Amino acid sequence: MSDTPTLELRGISKSFGSVQALTDVDFEVREGEVMSLVGDNGAGKSTLIKCIAGIHASDAGEVFFEGQPVHITGPKEAARLGIEVVYQDLALCDNLDVVQNMFLGRESHDVLQRLKEPVMEQKTAETLKSLAVTTIRSIRQPVATLSGGQRQSVAVARAVMWNSKLVMLDEPTAALGVAQTEQVLNLVKRLAEQGLAVVLISHNLHDIFEAANRITVLRLGRNVGIFERDKTTQQEVVQAITAGTPTKVSGIPATGATA
Amino acid sequence: MSNSAPDAAAPAAVSTMPERDESLGTRVWENIKGGNLGSLPVIVGLALIVLVFSLTAQNFFTAVNFNNIITQMAGITLLAYGVVFILLLGEIDLSIAYLSAVAGVVAAQLQLPDSGHTLPGIWPIVGAVLVAMLIGAFQGSFVAIIGVPAFVVTLAGLLAWQGAVQVTVGSGGPIIIQNKWINDMAQYFFSKNAGWLIAAVVGVGYVGATLVGALNQRRHGVAIRNPALVVIKLVGVPAIAFLIIGISNHDRGLPFAGLLIVLFLVLWTYIAKRTTFGRHVYAVGGNPEAARRAGISVARIRILVFTISGGMAGFGGVMLAARLSSVAPDQGGGTLLLDAISAAVIGGTSLFGGRGEVRSAILGAAVISTIANGLYIFGFSNGVIFITTGCILLFAVTLDTLARRRQAKTGR
Repeated sequence: MSDTPTLELRGISKSFGSVQALTDVDFEVREGEVMSLVGDNGAGKSTLIKCIAGIHASDAGEVFFEGQPVHITGPKEAARLGIEVVYQDLALCDNLDVVQNMFLGRESHDVLQRLKEPVMEQKTAETLKSLAVTTIRSIRQPVATLSGGQRQSVAVARAVMWNSKLVMLDEPTAALGVAQTEQVLNLVKRLAEQGLAVVLISHNLHDIFEAANRITVLRLGRNVGIFERDKTTQQEVVQAITAGTPTKVSGIPATGATA
Repeated sequence: MSNSAPDAAAPAAVSTMPERDESLGTRVWENIKGGNLGSLPVIVGLALIVLVFSLTAQNFFTAVNFNNIITQMAGITLLAYGVVFILLLGEIDLSIAYLSAVAGVVAAQLQLPDSGHTLPGIWPIVGAVLVAMLIGAFQGSFVAIIGVPAFVVTLAGLLAWQGAVQVTVGSGGPIIIQNKWINDMAQYFFSKNAGWLIAAVVGVGYVGATLVGALNQRRHGVAIRNPALVVIKLVGVPAIAFLIIGISNHDRGLPFAGLLIVLFLVLWTYIAKRTTFGRHVYAVGGNPEAARRAGISVARIRILVFTISGGMAGFGGVMLAARLSSVAPDQGGGTLLLDAISAAVIGGTSLFGGRGEVRSAILGAAVISTIANGLYIFGFSNGVIFITTGCILLFAVTLDTLARRRQAKTGR
């Protein structure tokens, strides 16, 4: 494993009008690890993810992907680098089947724009198999007929199918039952085992301590700590989420950090 | 099949059921559960309607009337093809009927002898369709780029194009069409041998395409689902093609309008089901946000679909003008708009977007035209025909809504 993080952010700031969503945030994730991103509501988790995914442009700061400085201008640019996001609402089309969803927007086709269905079907089956997603009965059934855990699996499988190097999951277990949460967390761990860098956003400390290797805590748009899962306790993380103090003092005056 | 209950906590350990074990019945049931009724209800309904009229009305089940129904439904069907795409997006286009009238007027004007802008041969038709496509694209841009609701944009279109037709045709009375190309769209009948040839081409083409697809699937190790259904279709489609020609040939032969309907059916089904564009139409209709995040240009898809809707309204308009060899100031009025939309909906395309088939246009148009034709033979007034069509439309939409509720339930 190389020393260079797959993704490294330095000093990211982002404001929406007068609201300072992120202030001088550092973040990194390495290949083969699950980095969890936690924080209370409004801590800036989603904003950070969206900055990485190219949905928001950050106001300041640097982004390094595999050691190279990059400027991610949009979702397509992020995808080109190998960054995939699984959003909380999954972004699946209920009316399309599993194969169609897996290839949505990136269908295999020939010069005449004809779809290569057998190719896509084969690739989908292989991908699901490699991730040990075995509960989906037919990959030709509409995702409307799938359970929450199965839908989440499809969304994750879609994200990793494209030779992606970094997968970010936004609250993947939020709407799931116990058994299905287990399924999805196992899937998350398998992704890291396959050498991907995984960012896991979650509210659920139990999930985080089960799946993550490291934990980055944000509070009010600032870094308040990075913890190694094996060397910390849930209590310590909760303490950081609710009352952590910024780990670095930047040139920007600390407005509202105590609000 | 044991995990049909949407039980979030059920450990889905029932594990992989090999896909090959899916029988036809399971697949159909799976589809119905997923809120996808397909064409089954309308085909059964159409068969019932034909049966009832055949048994009760004397002049219904004849070759002449068969050809009549084909030419009567042609205009509606062409419009309805466009409606299917619009509905797949989850949008609505109220302007198509008067847009078709505009196309009729353009075609009529462009063939008008001694007008200074007379075009020969097929060119008036091309001009009319192009104008309709441009108008469709124009309206679609308002929806896709600015975000004005399609209902309002096309309602404005409905009024404006109606006015445009009245202004241009105006007091001069109907414009007579003498261009043979235009009139032949509705009035040309193929010779008997040409008819058989067409049936043979359709049959061989369908069987060939299906077999090539199946071989391709096998080459990639993908299971062929429902071999039984494939065989039924392989035998059924050529059989229906020859049956249609057989009936038509008892009269004057296959109307060109019938061939045009089939050609567009093949073209649009291909585009909807086998191309990336078609896939993206379904995606935008199913979940626009998901489509956008997947990198699909939603605006581009919307504009293209409104352009298709305009283009098909154009073809339909020329067809309707050709039937009467003239364009009147009230062209595009009456129930044309509602017939075209009803055809797509009765045929099984959902009003809520993302679910439907191109063939629903032809099936729905056949239902509407057959009912109108049959009731007319019985001597019923237009009023009774409207009431009947209305009831069937309500029934079809109710089915769709129930199916959709089912889908929401099985969803998670």
